[in-house]
Amino acid sequence: MMASSYNAKDEDGHHPGSVGSGGPGAVKSKKPDNTAFKQQRLPAWQPILTAGTVLPAFFMIGLIFIPIGIGLLVTSNNIKEFEVRAVAIATSYCVIRALCSYTAPRTKDFSNVFMYYGLSNFYQNHRRYVKSRDDSQLNGDKSSLLNPSKECEPYRTSDKKSIAPCGAIANSLFNDTLELFYIHPNGSRIAIHLVKTGIAWWTDKHVKFRNPGENNNNLSIVFQDTSKPVNWRKPVYELDPSDPDNNGFINEDFIVWMRTAALPTFRKLYRIIQKKKDNMTPTLPPGNYSLEVIYNYPVRSFDGRKRMILSTISWMGGKNPFLGIAYITVGSVCFFLGVVLLIIHHKYGNRNNNADIPN
Amino acid sequence: MSFFGLDCTRKKEGEVERKIRANDREYNLSFKYATNSIKTSKYNPFTFLPLNLFEQFQRIANAYFLFLLILQVIPAISSLSWFTTVVPLVLVLSVTAAKDAIDDINRHRSDRKVNNRKVNVLISGKLISEKWMNVQVGDIIKLENNQFVTADLLLLSSSEPLNLVYIETAELDGETNLKVKQALTVTGDMGENLEALAEFNGEVCCEPPNNRLDRFTGTLTFNSQKYSLDNERVLLRGCTLRNTDWCFGLVLFAGPETKLMQNCGKSTFKRTSIDRLMNVLVLFIFGLLALMCIILAVGNGIWENHAGSKFKAFLPREENTVFSAFLTFWSYIIILNTVVPISLYVSMEVIRLGNSYYINWDRTMYHAGSDTPAEARTTTLNEELGQIKYIFSDKTGTLTQNIMTFNKCSINGKSYGDVIDHYSGQSLEITEEMTPVDFSFNRLADPKFLFYDHSLVEGVKLELPDVHAFFRLLALCHTVMAEEKREGDLVYQAQSPDEGALVTAARNFGFVFRSRSPETVTIEEMGIQRTYELLAILDFNNVRKRMSVIVRNPEGKLSLYCKGADTIIYERLHPSCSEVMKVTTEHLNEFAGEGLRTLVLAYKDLDEEYFSEWKQRHHESSVALEDREEKLEKLYEEIEKDMMLIGATAVEDKLQDGVTQTLEQLAKAEIKIWVLTGDKQETAENIGYSCNLLREEMNEVFVVAANSPEEVRQELRDARLKMCPDTEQDKFLIPEIILGNTPKVVQDENVNGEYGLVINGHSLAFALESNMELEFLRTACICKTVICCRVTPLQKAQVVELVKKYKKAVTLAIGDGANDVSMIKAAHIGVGISGQEGMQAVLSSDFSFAQFRFLQRLLLVHGRWSYLRMCKFLRYFFYKNFTFTFVHFWYAFFCGFSAQTVYDEGYITLYNLVYTALPVLGMSLFDQDVNAGWSLEYPQLYVPGQLSQYFSKRAFMMCALHSWYSSLVLFFVPYAAIYDTARDNGKDGTDYQSFALITETCLTVTVCVQLGLDLSYWTVVNHLFVWGSLGMFFILTFTMYTDGLYRLRPSSFAFIGTARNCLNQPNVWLTVALTAILCVLPVVVYRFLSSQISPTINEKVRYKVCQMKEPAPRPRRTRLTRRSTRRSGYAFSHAHGYGDLMTSGRYLRRNALTCSTGLIPTGRSPGFKPTGRSAGYSPVGREQNPKQKVEPTSLQVFRAVKDSFF
Repeated sequence: MMASSYNAKDEDGHHPGSVGSGGPGAVKSKKPDNTAFKQQRLPAWQPILTAGTVLPAFFMIGLIFIPIGIGLLVTSNNIKEFEVRAVAIATSYCVIRALCSYTAPRTKDFSNVFMYYGLSNFYQNHRRYVKSRDDSQLNGDKSSLLNPSKECEPYRTSDKKSIAPCGAIANSLFNDTLELFYIHPNGSRIAIHLVKTGIAWWTDKHVKFRNPGENNNNLSIVFQDTSKPVNWRKPVYELDPSDPDNNGFINEDFIVWMRTAALPTFRKLYRIIQKKKDNMTPTLPPGNYSLEVIYNYPVRSFDGRKRMILSTISWMGGKNPFLGIAYITVGSVCFFLGVVLLIIHHKYGNRNNNADIPN
Repeated sequence: MSFFGLDCTRKKEGEVERKIRANDREYNLSFKYATNSIKTSKYNPFTFLPLNLFEQFQRIANAYFLFLLILQVIPAISSLSWFTTVVPLVLVLSVTAAKDAIDDINRHRSDRKVNNRKVNVLISGKLISEKWMNVQVGDIIKLENNQFVTADLLLLSSSEPLNLVYIETAELDGETNLKVKQALTVTGDMGENLEALAEFNGEVCCEPPNNRLDRFTGTLTFNSQKYSLDNERVLLRGCTLRNTDWCFGLVLFAGPETKLMQNCGKSTFKRTSIDRLMNVLVLFIFGLLALMCIILAVGNGIWENHAGSKFKAFLPREENTVFSAFLTFWSYIIILNTVVPISLYVSMEVIRLGNSYYINWDRTMYHAGSDTPAEARTTTLNEELGQIKYIFSDKTGTLTQNIMTFNKCSINGKSYGDVIDHYSGQSLEITEEMTPVDFSFNRLADPKFLFYDHSLVEGVKLELPDVHAFFRLLALCHTVMAEEKREGDLVYQAQSPDEGALVTAARNFGFVFRSRSPETVTIEEMGIQRTYELLAILDFNNVRKRMSVIVRNPEGKLSLYCKGADTIIYERLHPSCSEVMKVTTEHLNEFAGEGLRTLVLAYKDLDEEYFSEWKQRHHESSVALEDREEKLEKLYEEIEKDMMLIGATAVEDKLQDGVTQTLEQLAKAEIKIWVLTGDKQETAENIGYSCNLLREEMNEVFVVAANSPEEVRQELRDARLKMCPDTEQDKFLIPEIILGNTPKVVQDENVNGEYGLVINGHSLAFALESNMELEFLRTACICKTVICCRVTPLQKAQVVELVKKYKKAVTLAIGDGANDVSMIKAAHIGVGISGQEGMQAVLSSDFSFAQFRFLQRLLLVHGRWSYLRMCKFLRYFFYKNFTFTFVHFWYAFFCGFSAQTVYDEGYITLYNLVYTALPVLGMSLFDQDVNAGWSLEYPQLYVPGQLSQYFSKRAFMMCALHSWYSSLVLFFVPYAAIYDTARDNGKDGTDYQSFALITETCLTVTVCVQLGLDLSYWTVVNHLFVWGSLGMFFILTFTMYTDGLYRLRPSSFAFIGTARNCLNQPNVWLTVALTAILCVLPVVVYRFLSSQISPTINEKVRYKVCQMKEPAPRPRRTRLTRRSTRRSGYAFSHAHGYGDLMTSGRYLRRNALTCSTGLIPTGRSPGFKPTGRSAGYSPVGREQNPKQKVEPTSLQVFRAVKDSFF
């Protein structure tokens, strides 16, 4: 008990007059309850920063972070990434067939290779842009389909018909077509099979985006009272006519685009090149490849750049050496600080801490 | 009482003169005077909501959020949904409204209680019991003893002779002594005759309602005669009738028009220095907010010009750049609004409330004797308790118990009072276990009187002549009055407790003072009643420092008995006593060394002829018109000589328990203690010595007691030059602009050595004048101890104000009496001791408890913790909010300054309310750096609070800087970690929603880790709050991102699935860990380094506690034994004696048994004065004798006529 001065006697409470003797007639004393909470004597853990705790912590952080960092860096470096900067050929909004030849990425990976398109200086995170969508409409809500949210302005209606999908995000859907060919040493071009499903989040594909009209498979009827977004060539129900599960609002290219990027420079998954079944030949054997771009998407106007990226992935995602470097740096700094603080502690700490406190 | 501190109804305009006809309700009603019901409540059920909301929005913070809400409704600006502001605002408003409602219900209740009090009203010839609220102007009401006065009344008649009534005005002006009011003879003649009163049709014409308590003018027209009325005829609401069986009064002003109600509402709201600092900081924050928004608006303008205009194909817009920047400015005002946290003020109130409850709950501040726990009466000042620099203390009842006990005596060279051990011959310390002397032989003995030395009572029983003479003197030579309600049940009414103690001692040793009349004193000597003829009282005054009586015993022998200060008496002793004198002097030194107040007793047998001749001369002098005082003085001097020494008494002015230790502790905490007392200088000094405020070892104790401004100035200056000879003039004034319109602050000056200053009220009056106050303040502040004696309540407040004005320090005033009220109200913190002097001090105080010693716990434990907690809370609160907000600032550079938020709106709404509210609240309710025992063991821990080290502008800047750094880490680490990369299944991981969630998680974890670092006392509750909040974050996040909620409202819960898809990524967790470590790393390094290189006292103690791993030692209770050779403090009260009253017989009323009731000390004006205990003592005038300053009242005129003896 943390008794303060003088009142140890009060604490024990042997004042006959004031403390009720238990009888029913006893006057209730105003003496506060003796609970640990009210007397602020709750048991507590009281950690303090001493050399004994701080210094080992620093060394521990150092010892843990450096290996993690090295691991991360190695992982990141093992990821094969091949980037093609689209040389801007197009000056106007038209269809051009760009033929490019590239030396092969010397990958011997047997895993899936992911094909991304990248944009930079594209402000998908601008507030007015981010807002400019109607999630109810995309979730298949019938009334929102015909009467989209005001947030979609000015891409809400066209020709007095509501736009589906409305809003600036949908309107600016990335519409280049990328194709990859393996140039066989004998000169023939073999198209690489690009998988276009499985590129969106499962939740987006199955929960967030739904086509209106329940089970009506004929999307053109469902969307009949709507108009296509201004920039689009074809209406939403013709995005992938070949596959009803990839058409309309649940078209995965569309879904991927609709997941707006956090930063003005971003990449989005375009296609997946699946690994060979036999696990013996690399997914992309070494050699020459040709990338064919049907160039639709204008980026010149806003000083943007387009990229095509081929990348493998690891347990920590795509190639990004930052975390590895950061962990190594922080670990080293901690270790170094540990040493410095140890020296300082030896020089000053003992003197100061052992000094008597004047009373 | 319900009367105080409340709003009053507005004065009725235009009333120039009030006309009232008694017993004529119809006539009086025509004027529409207010009735006697009062209303202090603010709302009724219907007006509550609108009025309360209106009041709340007058607070700047609430208005600010209302403004934000309006901004958010504008679509072009709105960057956040309305609910992000509405939810917190509604919460805050409803908490405050609930509190206001409870307060108002209490006011309603107390109004109802007051309005429903019963009083007897004379209606058509009969007395009818009516509720107060139904009393009307012009009614005649009957009051009985101890009743509150119902309204402002014209006194008509009373039960007492001469139509006097006695009232206590404590509620009005804080004075506890009784005042006298007298009715006009013409109305007084009606007496109790109800018929006459019912037919009374006097018309009163008087001033309109006003708030002047000390003035009243009007006329009464009765039977076509005009009588003038003044304040003497009026009883004011709020007074209490005392010692008067009944009285009748005519209601003049009722309810809200009474002077009491007109006077109320003066109490000022006290704010803490942290509050004031907060005001400055909030301004600064607003500035910062505006600056950030301007930067971002400009950025937006530039961006729109360059990138935005090219981006039009994807994101069309119509406005021009400037307009867009303008809108962006307001959008960012909304987004960054969290730098001015709405929950800050509410949280502060909650914390203060919680810490107030701890004070109420503290068992160690509970006084069992009076069954009083400590009470925090104001719940908004707690942290100020941790910053006290100056304590102004009353003496009587605060430091002392105001109880005198007869402890020791020396009779004819033999000392009594010590208990001697038979074996060792040493005197033993008196403890409660010892058996006190048994006084059962004396049926009149006072059972409360304790004495431990059995040899004295044996001496009495053996009839030693010296011992008998000693007690006979004590029983005869005094001005005490005896009240004997029942046979044997004696109650003494003594003017000073010293005298009471001495007479009581004589009573117990068999010399019982029974009664007195103007000419006789009756005592019972060892069971035999003897009546002495009282021939003269040579009364006490400050110069004489002694009093004598001349009596003739039943045998006819004339004697003079004298008691007084040793130095004075010794000069007047017969040379034959020199032997006894020597021994007695030794004893006196011994007594004084123990801090006892001493008196020397002497007697002299008188010669019949000489005396009758002397008495003749005395009579001539006493009626002389010129130089009466001097002539009497000379006569007294002549007869009081060649006396025989009997012995000396030693009376203990009992200090309260633990006062010395408490003062010592507070001094160690570098708190300066000034004693402000109404007592006379010697008493005050003596108490100063006995509670160790003044010490023998002090280099010097300066006494300032001068009679002119010049002398006072000179004495102050001399004192200061002596203390620090090299001070220069004017160097001490450092101009500094601080808030609270104080232009200059006097810096502390340090000197070597300890000094004390004693200044009397008379000099203080000069010292407090504007041209000398700085001189006084400088001198006083250098001294270790300052004692101001004979000060009036007004001066007490002035001293406090002076220190407040020139010292940037927090002051505390502590007192128990009505005379301390002004000082309690003036100081930053007022503490009331619920003691013997009534409740006035407590009622106007902020904190109250029963014993002075609790002050050390209040300050060193509760105050220190409250301050520490509040500062920790503020530092952390600003940190977490700044960090939260600044991230938006950095993001702006990457989202085209478009006012896009980093976090989702749900998180923004809940961040302050749910995710981070409880841990910080838990910290500020439970944190303790070291526990109570160690806090008291090392009072130095208190010092950082006085210097405002834990939270200041500098600390705030550090906090902002830390936030700035943290926000950089919190934005750029996730930024770099997700920059142009993908998830572990190749899918998109760099989208806005994932980024938002990663940053949110990093932020939540970081602020939790930071809190854990700040938290030094992890109780169960803290664990629960910290882990609970962290868990809550994940639970709520997952909940809000579920499919179900999304299907319910797709637009509000668009983050569907983000948590699942994002938080299963290993590199997200690596990012979280990295940010948390990076954010706290510099803090840990800084704290560790500073604790190593220059540890604060706090860290040292904590380190020591940590090393010792054992509970704090119980503070030693050392008994201070003061060895001093100083001799002073003769026991007498400060006022001029009652001598002339005693003998005049005027106050001895018809019934001798109740003679005490009419006692009014001379020198106290019966009129209302804004002062208390020492009213009538003028600080400005030079007259020490108050009689001449006071306007002769009817009573005094009466006395002058009736004085017959002298």
